Amino acid sequence: MAPAKKRNVCSKTTSANAAKKAKIDPSLQVQQIIDSRKNANDVFDVLDCLQSEKEKEVISAINACCNLFVALLERKDLFIGKLIDEEAMLTGEHNAQDKYSMFMRHRYNDCVETLLEHLVHKSYGVKECALVALMKLAAAEGQYPLEDLDWSEHVSFPRTLILGVVGRLLSKAEDNTMLISRFTEYLEMVDVRYYVMSSVRENVGSVMVKSKGEVIPVYQNNVFTLVSSIIMPSQESELTNFMVKQKDKHSEWKAAKLNEHKRSFERMWLGFLKNKLPSNMYKKILVILHDSILPNMSNPTLMIDFLTAAYDVGGAISLLALNGLFILIHHHNLDYPDFYKKLYNLLEPSVFHVKYRARFFHLANLFLSSTHLPVYLVAAFAKRLARLALTAPPESLLMVLPFIYNLIRRHPSCRVLVHRPTTADESCEDPYLMDEEDPILSHALESSLWEIKTLQSHYHPDVTRVALKINKPLSVPEEDIDELLEITNFELMERDLKATKNVPLEFEPAKKLLQGGGGILATCFWSFSRRSAADAS
Amino acid sequence: MVKPQKKRSLVDKVRKSKTSAEIKNNPFEVKINRKKFEVLGRKSKHDVGLPGVSRSKAINKRKDTLLKEHQNKHKSNKFIDRRFGEYDTNMDPEDKILERFSMERQKQHDKKDMFNLNEEEELTHYGQSLAEMEKFNDLMDSDSEPDEKGLLSAELTRSHFGGGGGLLRKKAGDDKGGAPRAKSRQELIEELIQKSKLQKRERQVQKEETFELTEKLDKDWKSIQTLLANKPSKAERDELQPEKPKLDEYDMMVRELGFEMKAAPSEKLKTPEELAREERERLQRLEADRLRRMLGDAVESAPKAPAHLSADDLNDGFILDKDDKKPLSYKDEEGGEEEEEEEEEDEEEDDGEGVAVGDDDEDGDEEEDEEADSHSDLDSEQESGEEAEIMEEEEEEEEAAPGVILTEEELKAQQEAAKSELPYTFTAPENQGEFVALLKGHSPDHQCVILARTQKCNHPSLAVGNKLKLQKLFGFLLEYMGDLACSSPPELGTIDKLIPQLYDMGQMFPDAASKALRSALADASHGMEEDLEGSGRSPFPSLDMLVYLKVVALLFPTSDYRHPVTTPALLFICQSLSKCPVTSLQDVTSGLVLCCLALEYVSLSKRLLPELLNFLCGILHLAVPDKTSTGSHAPSLTHWFIILSMNVMAYSSLSVKGNRKNQKCQFKTRVCACRMTCLSTCLDLVKHCCVLYKDSASFTALFQPIHTLLSKHLPLQTHPEVLQVRAHVSEGIINHLMTHIYNYYGYLRAAGPGFSLLFTGLLLDYGKRRGNTKEQKESERTKHKYKKEFKGALREIRKDNRFMAREKLQETMSRDSERKRKVKELYGSLGTQEGEWKALRRRKK
Repeated sequence: MAPAKKRNVCSKTTSANAAKKAKIDPSLQVQQIIDSRKNANDVFDVLDCLQSEKEKEVISAINACCNLFVALLERKDLFIGKLIDEEAMLTGEHNAQDKYSMFMRHRYNDCVETLLEHLVHKSYGVKECALVALMKLAAAEGQYPLEDLDWSEHVSFPRTLILGVVGRLLSKAEDNTMLISRFTEYLEMVDVRYYVMSSVRENVGSVMVKSKGEVIPVYQNNVFTLVSSIIMPSQESELTNFMVKQKDKHSEWKAAKLNEHKRSFERMWLGFLKNKLPSNMYKKILVILHDSILPNMSNPTLMIDFLTAAYDVGGAISLLALNGLFILIHHHNLDYPDFYKKLYNLLEPSVFHVKYRARFFHLANLFLSSTHLPVYLVAAFAKRLARLALTAPPESLLMVLPFIYNLIRRHPSCRVLVHRPTTADESCEDPYLMDEEDPILSHALESSLWEIKTLQSHYHPDVTRVALKINKPLSVPEEDIDELLEITNFELMERDLKATKNVPLEFEPAKKLLQGGGGILATCFWSFSRRSAADAS
Repeated sequence: MVKPQKKRSLVDKVRKSKTSAEIKNNPFEVKINRKKFEVLGRKSKHDVGLPGVSRSKAINKRKDTLLKEHQNKHKSNKFIDRRFGEYDTNMDPEDKILERFSMERQKQHDKKDMFNLNEEEELTHYGQSLAEMEKFNDLMDSDSEPDEKGLLSAELTRSHFGGGGGLLRKKAGDDKGGAPRAKSRQELIEELIQKSKLQKRERQVQKEETFELTEKLDKDWKSIQTLLANKPSKAERDELQPEKPKLDEYDMMVRELGFEMKAAPSEKLKTPEELAREERERLQRLEADRLRRMLGDAVESAPKAPAHLSADDLNDGFILDKDDKKPLSYKDEEGGEEEEEEEEEDEEEDDGEGVAVGDDDEDGDEEEDEEADSHSDLDSEQESGEEAEIMEEEEEEEEAAPGVILTEEELKAQQEAAKSELPYTFTAPENQGEFVALLKGHSPDHQCVILARTQKCNHPSLAVGNKLKLQKLFGFLLEYMGDLACSSPPELGTIDKLIPQLYDMGQMFPDAASKALRSALADASHGMEEDLEGSGRSPFPSLDMLVYLKVVALLFPTSDYRHPVTTPALLFICQSLSKCPVTSLQDVTSGLVLCCLALEYVSLSKRLLPELLNFLCGILHLAVPDKTSTGSHAPSLTHWFIILSMNVMAYSSLSVKGNRKNQKCQFKTRVCACRMTCLSTCLDLVKHCCVLYKDSASFTALFQPIHTLLSKHLPLQTHPEVLQVRAHVSEGIINHLMTHIYNYYGYLRAAGPGFSLLFTGLLLDYGKRRGNTKEQKESERTKHKYKKEFKGALREIRKDNRFMAREKLQETMSRDSERKRKVKELYGSLGTQEGEWKALRRRKK
């Protein structure tokens, strides 16, 4: 038996031979191998099939391999303990059983290696199949550990296998979103999740050290996809779904403790975030930061560096960082100097046009809900919002005007903005300084909200109606902003289109598309067309 | 109940005699209100009360008001003496009389005798001057019979002087044998009678004299008349025989003339002036209505029928069948004012169309040119070689305007046949395909005719389903227009021709029109929304949408505060201006057309369009070659302009590159020219905006970014002269308005927070925490006040009721006692009668 094996190991199978054997179904061969040790050499054929060009063959081979080694693991036919070299194995004194198990262990290692390489295969079917097979093998290996359980390591878990899988998933070259989303179903298992988190941390650390802090968009995108798909349990009792059941000392296992999970989660994120990120990545992270990252960290204040850095970036990123900062300030006693000044400076014309408008104004409403804010600050906010409202679209106006009214309601001393008895001979310049960054120096309290007066002649009737409210004393209960935050232009349009009333008609009879020479369109494009016609000739 | 009343009146009497100090010091009058707590520094008004005084005051007040009211309850009339000082109790009657007399004198003096030099006083009786009365009598006498009148006047005078009892007294005097006084009276009367009889006789004599005189005059006149002229003498001679026919003829002629004269001027007067006035009034009324809707104060008022149609016009498409109309308007000239108007409109329309035939081509050409421009720009940016070909093609097609669609000979022949004789009846198409098939192959004019005939054939009054069919027709026509605009090259000339038809149908079926246009708008905005959701950017609306938007402006009033069609249309324009990223020159053109439309929409109502200003600012920003310097100065720039990386309108860079290849050079210059025209249009629009918003309070803030761009960053040296001039003009206007802006800063609201604030604290809880904020406290206070007032009012009402009950009881009691008294009297009299009768009987016995 052994010599035959030796011979087989030494000799290379010819290509013709391989072609012939390829026709044999790998699953049959696997069955034979499992049935009898005599057929052990057939494992080479199966492994060859793994390297095949054809996708079908590869997939069937993968399945076969998986079955084979799971069966072998169950039978404990693989060598347990520290594996020696194949050469050394040949020379060393071992009994036949040991030799067989060692041989099979080597083949197992080969197989795992090939499968890992298949994770970066060009075909998605192969990738997925390899991933499933690897996870099956990992489960089996966890159940029947190949390492000796020494006293320092209480638990058995195929850590190296998982590390390999994660390393391949986080590819630097291609976008692995599909595969990672397939992988997420394994992340539901508590122990897998735990070890994946630690391996991600290791992987990110090593990769980033190599790249010396440079941005690698594809890699970081993969990392983010994997990392953001980790759903953390909220209670200890939810930790029930394990891939590997530990026979003893289960309670001392780190993967079974929520705190350890949190710590691992936190380290993973911090490791990821401490590097430079592409700007759209910032946005993605900040969007999920407040509800899926911060609550699951054991010490959320560690995020402060990242958040302040993001807050200083400006634009939409700053808007998004606000949410995380708010949680830290609110729940974790973070003291943030010049917070309101920065918030004030976030108010730019674009704030009414960005996607995160609703979120921003929801938070701004929270921040400004305190009645202990100084008047100058509130006035500055109201004034700035009013000024910006001059360029805002109607759906934003419907939200920002009640916002301003609420500010005035909360701070009755701001009423001077609404009613300022001045004499006509006073300066007609607005004392408010739009360009001033500091709300204290903006002189908002000396001004008035005349912008709302202008908006009373806005083209949209709803806006006009809301703007006209300022003409009467404001009612005491505040208006609920939250309902108004999500209004879109499209909703406005539909609301207007739905209104079925009698339709007044134009009484001047129309004769032509461009009515005579009176219309602006006609006058403007008369010259336009004539000139272009002249140019053409 | 009577007793206390008496007592009280006694008390009142006593109280009146006493001074107030005395009452206050009287311990029986004073009630001291016990205080629960002594609060330092508080002066309470109500620590001492005078219940007696206040009660009597209240009762007096009720007597003056409530009791009076009660007494006059069922009386509809009321006697008010308007003489001077009648209700003034403080005046002596002598004074009153004196005053009245002097006032009377004054009045007369003021009125009549202002210029009377004699200053003779007129004597009056019952407010009539005696002198006038005499004259009046004279007149009366002349007509009536003298004797009766004499008697009457005698009686009258007697009654006048003797008063009501005069005659009676006289009789009494006669009976008694006569007192010296009575005698003198009788004598007087007799004298009077004699006098009047004398007068009458004199008058009679006078009358006779005048009669004789007139008779004499007549005779004299006749004699002279014969001398003067012969004709009347002939007529006298001929007497009756020839007179009759002559008179008839004459009468007839007179009547005829009279009738004609009556008819002619009325018509003449009406046509030029009255009609113009009526037309003006109608327009004024419509304009007033439009203004009302613009301000939006009575948006939900009663649904108004389209004001354009007359009362007896039952959606019967009056404009279309002119031949039916004209006789109508001639027949009833007096009642058909409105119809005449309409007719005039028709004529106007005819004129318009007549002119339009000439203009249309030009207009269409313009439009097409413009569109060709934008299209060619697109093309040229992709492939420069095709440019010239496309232009040629377009020109060819323009020349062959009517036959554009035709490709096959058959169709041409068919068209020829159609031209020579169009069918007179059409069935209304059921779907879009049929509709297109109906119009296909006809020239624009013929298409109009076909549409008109279709409408006539399927008149709503002819069959039940026709209304629905025609309503559908509107949708088809609209869609057809969209298709025409989408086809390449766009057939705007045809669209132009079809507009009147569309307008008429819109007037006939406003609901269908609004529905069709609204669905078009909804589709467009839905498409845009989906694009934005999907890719984050959406293309500018295409030409058919622009045409639809223009059609909206033509069919519906754009200045309304809220209108089911124009409001969404404006919203759509603004949405496109703010959400669609500008990526090519075509986008710029499309955007500028949208800007024009938006300006047209708000040109009357002068509403604020932030998106419009943003877009114009963005376009100007694009024209600045050196973007780095402007970043901080254009704060109102919305984010999407950043997407546009290519330097669309940098003129200078292109002009340098211009001379490489001949063709390329041509293309470049064309593109440049386009850019320049865009820029110039943009500047023109800025100017329009300035004029539109010059009254706005925040003009400075609105135009600040544009101003900085124009004054600091736009390089005009390299641009053509026209452009420079335009830019300078715009800048100058902005500058001027900025410096001359009125005091916008100050009043936003005339009144501060009023007391309506007090009634709004609804969310209060009663308890220890009450009155946390100022508002809550305020509302608490108001509630308390209200409660107090309510209780007070209730108490007052109770007191009133009590008072009224007392009064009523008193009334009934007095009535009862009266009755009792009368009954007693009756019994008494009966008793005495009975007694007398018994006594009589006893005596007889």
